[in-house]
Amino acid sequence: MVKEKTKEKFYFNIFRICMLFTIFILGFILLYVIINGYKVINFRFLTTMWNHQDITQGGIFPAIFGSILLGIGISIISIPIGICTAIYISEYAKENYFTNMVKISIRNLAGVPSVVYGLFGLAFFVFLLNLGTSLIAASLTLGCMTLPWIITSSEESIKSVPNSFREASIALGATKWQTIKKVVVPSSLGGMLTGSILGISRAVGETAPIIMVGATFYISYLPTSPTDKFMALPYHLFILATQHSSPDAKAYALGTALVLISLTFIMNLGIFIIRYKLRKKKEW
Amino acid sequence: MFLVKGLKINKEKIIINIFLIVSVTTILILLGIFLFLFFTGIKTFNEISFKEIFFGTDWNPTAYGEPSWGILSLLVGTLIVTLGALIFAIPLGIASSIYLAEIASPKTREFLKPTIEMIAGIPSVVLGLIGIFFLSPLIAGLFGLSNGLNGLIASFIVGIMILPTIISVSEDVLISLPKEFNEASLALGATKWQTIKMTLIPAALSGIGGAIMLGLGRAVGETMAVLMVAGNSRGMPTSILDPVRPITANIAIEIKEVVSGSLHYEALFLLGLILFVITFCVNVISEIIINKQTKKYKW
Repeated sequence: MVKEKTKEKFYFNIFRICMLFTIFILGFILLYVIINGYKVINFRFLTTMWNHQDITQGGIFPAIFGSILLGIGISIISIPIGICTAIYISEYAKENYFTNMVKISIRNLAGVPSVVYGLFGLAFFVFLLNLGTSLIAASLTLGCMTLPWIITSSEESIKSVPNSFREASIALGATKWQTIKKVVVPSSLGGMLTGSILGISRAVGETAPIIMVGATFYISYLPTSPTDKFMALPYHLFILATQHSSPDAKAYALGTALVLISLTFIMNLGIFIIRYKLRKKKEW
Repeated sequence: MFLVKGLKINKEKIIINIFLIVSVTTILILLGIFLFLFFTGIKTFNEISFKEIFFGTDWNPTAYGEPSWGILSLLVGTLIVTLGALIFAIPLGIASSIYLAEIASPKTREFLKPTIEMIAGIPSVVLGLIGIFFLSPLIAGLFGLSNGLNGLIASFIVGIMILPTIISVSEDVLISLPKEFNEASLALGATKWQTIKMTLIPAALSGIGGAIMLGLGRAVGETMAVLMVAGNSRGMPTSILDPVRPITANIAIEIKEVVSGSLHYEALFLLGLILFVITFCVNVISEIIINKQTKKYKW
């Protein structure tokens, strides 16, 4: 028995070390980017246009602006479709062939590699619909990619609404749609939004598809219409890290990475706050 | 009253139909992806034989002389990176998930779960940066290579990327096992470790297998980090320390330079189709495994 206890301790410590190592990797990545990237970040770096001749004289504002526009574009496309689909499959859909098809499609879409979405976007949005390499083509492509993530998390959030809520509403004479509109959606909105923001923050960090469908390393103007090309943070740092000859490129790539990570983490922080507030409010 | 009721039912029906039509989007996207890849990619075979593509080891579509279209070295590149990533991520991921599900206190778990989600939230370009600036000089020095961009680093970086998937899915599987398993084993006098080893892991084994498959699917499809750190040499790799060029990286590198509709363009879509088919099969299998697992212990 004593031997068994020491054995248990031994193995548990191995598991603990593995977990710590996982956390260490995350901590290391963040620290590495912060320590090496913060030096180049200043007001000018964040707010001025990119200087192609001398990278130390310019800023990455157009890349930040482009990434934010892209995030908005993705939201407009994927959030309404995603939430409607989630409501349909969790509230209306009957167990039949069609519903199964939808569910299978969602799971498989989630597993399609991003570079394949890029090829699809290039063939369909850029060439067939003739949108060109543009902000709108990129938003549509990444919107397709984000859709399964949004649907899955919204579905979960809708499922967590207790059935007694729906029954109470129906018992009061409300129709199914009224129940969804007045009871189900308000009680699951927080969850749906946090899932959506998480998906969009991930999509904004995605690089492979936008290389193909719209991002460019340098343009001298800010995009003003959906058919313009745009600069984006992840593509910008990719080029700085791999194809730029300036000796300062490394520091600037890491600085850009820090801005990108901060952007996604600010969005994630928002999610945690929403989640925390909602959990406090929930009484079921 | 009657009229109002009639209108209401009509409105309900219209709304249901709107939701239904919107839901079709997901099917259309999946179908669209497949059809575009298939009908563009398949045209490659009009000009190049099946044998040359799948058994040729030399991929060089832009050669001055005779271009060559063998994808074997690209496939081997994908294989090396994927297997390497799994070798790194499976032990670490499963051990972490066991810790998370069975050993950690609820408070620790509350802290650790979002932290692991954060790893999933790091953009893959950023991991690529770490690979280029930190790991590659380290590996180059360690093995005395001229540059450290090779299959080993790519495996390591992709391993990090699939860790969150493996951890969270296996943890879900472990948590969803019936409490009775735990209790019965402990009541028989087993220690917690014996319970985990002899009861919980065997019961969760197939589900953990599903988690690994999901991780595998992600590893095959990972593009940016691999593109940055794998070295991208087109030659057939002979060891894990050779630079490799997996399928995903190859598509991302070359797609910008090809003319739409050219043979090269079609060949890249064929590569996309191969990727799509691989990940599709892997995902379907993992889904079947995980579904079976969750149904097995539902009573």
